[in-house]
Amino acid sequence: MLDIKNLSVSYGAIDAVKGISLHVDDGEIVSLIGANGAGKTTTLHTITGLVPARSGSIVFNGQDLLKTKANKIVTLGMAHVPEGRHVFTRMSVQENLEMGAYSLKDTSHVAEDLDKVYTYFPRLKERRRQLAGTLSGGEQQMVAMGRAIMSRPNTILMDEPSMGLSPKLVKEIFRIIEKLHEEGITVLLVEQNAKMALSIADRAYVLETGRITMEGKASDLLHDEKVRKAYLGA
Amino acid sequence: MSGFVMFISQIFNGLKIGSVYALVALGYTMVYGIIRLLNFAHGDFIMIGAYTLMLSIPALAAMGMPAWTAVIPATLVCALVGVLVERLAYKPVREKGNSMTALITAIAMSLLLENGSQAIFGADYKTVPTIVSIPTLTIGQLKIDGATIVSIVLGVVMMVAMQLYVKRTKQGKAMRAVSEDKEASLLMGINVNGTITLTFAIGSGLAAIAALMYCVSYPQVSPTMGMMLGLKAFVAAVLGGIGSIPGAMVGGLAIGLIESLTKAYIGTITGGVITSAFSDAIVFAILIIVLLVRPSGLMGEPETEKV
Repeated sequence: MLDIKNLSVSYGAIDAVKGISLHVDDGEIVSLIGANGAGKTTTLHTITGLVPARSGSIVFNGQDLLKTKANKIVTLGMAHVPEGRHVFTRMSVQENLEMGAYSLKDTSHVAEDLDKVYTYFPRLKERRRQLAGTLSGGEQQMVAMGRAIMSRPNTILMDEPSMGLSPKLVKEIFRIIEKLHEEGITVLLVEQNAKMALSIADRAYVLETGRITMEGKASDLLHDEKVRKAYLGA
Repeated sequence: MSGFVMFISQIFNGLKIGSVYALVALGYTMVYGIIRLLNFAHGDFIMIGAYTLMLSIPALAAMGMPAWTAVIPATLVCALVGVLVERLAYKPVREKGNSMTALITAIAMSLLLENGSQAIFGADYKTVPTIVSIPTLTIGQLKIDGATIVSIVLGVVMMVAMQLYVKRTKQGKAMRAVSEDKEASLLMGINVNGTITLTFAIGSGLAAIAALMYCVSYPQVSPTMGMMLGLKAFVAAVLGGIGSIPGAMVGGLAIGLIESLTKAYIGTITGGVITSAFSDAIVFAILIIVLLVRPSGLMGEPETEKV
């Protein structure tokens, strides 16, 4: 379980996150929705140690993440699929996926996990020798997700997986997120595509300029008048 | 000696010095690749390596060890100096300053190493004891001396080894990952600072091996010996495409060949108008021409804007 309390983050004089509290229980899909610049990505970056917090606490399965080195967090079972994919463009698809398993001490399952990723994303199997930089945005998203799966996580943070993708690909990506959820993986999903995000999530938080303004069951938020006006274009 | 034999022996000369440039360029390019810093002190690591050879050969000989084993302390000393320079000078500057402060720090480190060794060893040339004595290889009229054979063989072995290391090993892959995307590397669980330190250690260690190859042919050391070697290697790295390991190798060998062939033939070709004294100028002119045609170097990939 991931538990965030009173988290504040600032870049110099700019406060990006202003005292938010949220939690993600084991096995849940929780969505964090909000406009551009609301602090969604900053929140995820702080969880995995890419950005330091100013105050507050982040505890993951009893471990204080604010005191854990960024490169050790993946070993606790938390993977992060960053916004903009961040695949290694000059490595092949397969090398990218193997980098996902970098943190594993026991490498006996790597081949089996690769097969699993290739069953999820058959297109990656066809392109496994191709440099990741030559792939389309959707394929790069698959690489980034596959890379996260390779670290055998119990929790995955996903940052804007639908960004820049065609509606068909968005559906495919969300189908995989649901599949991972069925396997028991906990998901914290950051999305601007609020409709998709709320439709697969158990619970959701609405973030506005660094503060959580609403929270609740995703199905309730999906039908909430204010949410519909602000984020669902209805 | 016939013209053809003369030409072949010039090719071997070019490959010999080109191997030295290639190994130094390899260190340059690895460090640039991982932290985007032109480490102007890199040439001076050759000098540190050469002084270590000079001091450790007699010491090892006293213990009954062959002279070439001095490459071991030389590599260790260079790797250590490289890591110290990174940790004490570059890392703090990288975290607080910008790329210009880092570049100036690198120039400062170069001056510090040169003047530091001048204070310790004096400014004059010192002789390095004989490192290897391999007989000259004679094929018909063609004579290739032992130093040339040692340099080319060692150069090729090191280049192949480095390529395999970076492509195949876990640490090598981590280096490539860090050089491309530090945030994503952290998310994979890679110790980014440790990987940068390791890159410095390896790059600087390669300079020690280059020092051995150089001293086999030119057995003397001076505090400023690394300046021109470092500059040529830098040209080689840029020519090949900075950041690219195969590029550094190709660039190094190309610079060596260009230099050796211009020295041998430019006078004859131009009827004495341009003499071999211009060979360095020609090397730099070729660099400029190549960069005009291919700004990212022979084997470098064009910089793509990251989204």
